[in-house]
Amino acid sequence: METINTTRRTLLKGTALASVLGITGIVDLLTISQAHAAWPKTAFKSESMSDVMKELFSEDLTPTESADIILKAPDIAENGAVVPIGVKSSIPGVTRVVILVEQNPSPLTASFNLGKGARADVSTRIKMGKTSDVIALVEANGKVYAARKNVKVTIGGCGG
Amino acid sequence: MAGIKAKAKLKGDAVKVKALMKHPMESGLRKDKKGNRIPAHHITEVTIKAGGETLMTADYGPAVSKNPYISMVVSGPSKGDKLVIAWLDNTGKSASTEVVVK
Repeated sequence: METINTTRRTLLKGTALASVLGITGIVDLLTISQAHAAWPKTAFKSESMSDVMKELFSEDLTPTESADIILKAPDIAENGAVVPIGVKSSIPGVTRVVILVEQNPSPLTASFNLGKGARADVSTRIKMGKTSDVIALVEANGKVYAARKNVKVTIGGCGG
Repeated sequence: MAGIKAKAKLKGDAVKVKALMKHPMESGLRKDKKGNRIPAHHITEVTIKAGGETLMTADYGPAVSKNPYISMVVSGPSKGDKLVIAWLDNTGKSASTEVVVK
């Protein structure tokens, strides 16, 4: 009963909102769903590193290890559910920063597509199932650079 | 819309943008007490825009922590400029907030 009611309310709200917003609302919704389609689902579902590389860069390339990437991650993560990760790079012309966790069920964790004026300096918090290498990929001028760091996980963050 | 806490601060010649979003980030791999799989429910995309210009689009997978955090550094926006931070999840829900550069 509860569920039905909630659905009905959401529907009603949705309809009301759509009529208020009129044409603009519909256009907005379209833009959103189109943007959603661009989300690289297969890459996020890929279970091996080489599959992820193929999905992201259309070939299984081996990135150049670079000392110009600073991958900030803890040596030991007490709680695998919240591991702070930061990636910074002095390589010019960076267009994308990717964070991968080698031993997670699906390695691809996050991909930052840099727009106008954005610097290669991003951070987030991720989940890690167990001790693993964390890899930061930096794409600049068609080349892919990498840095990796091992993070020891005491309690995994993916189990139930 | 509620659910996003954001800050943008000008430091030197660049703006540091930080945002904290309220979201369960359910991976789809966990099971409840009865052994049923909890369906995936996670943010897929975070966009940060300034005056119609996209500063960054981040694709998030289910392995990003619950109540996700994002930070970026961007040059261009100046004090008083408005930035728009928005997220979209795999169920089609979305939220956005406006933040003024301080």
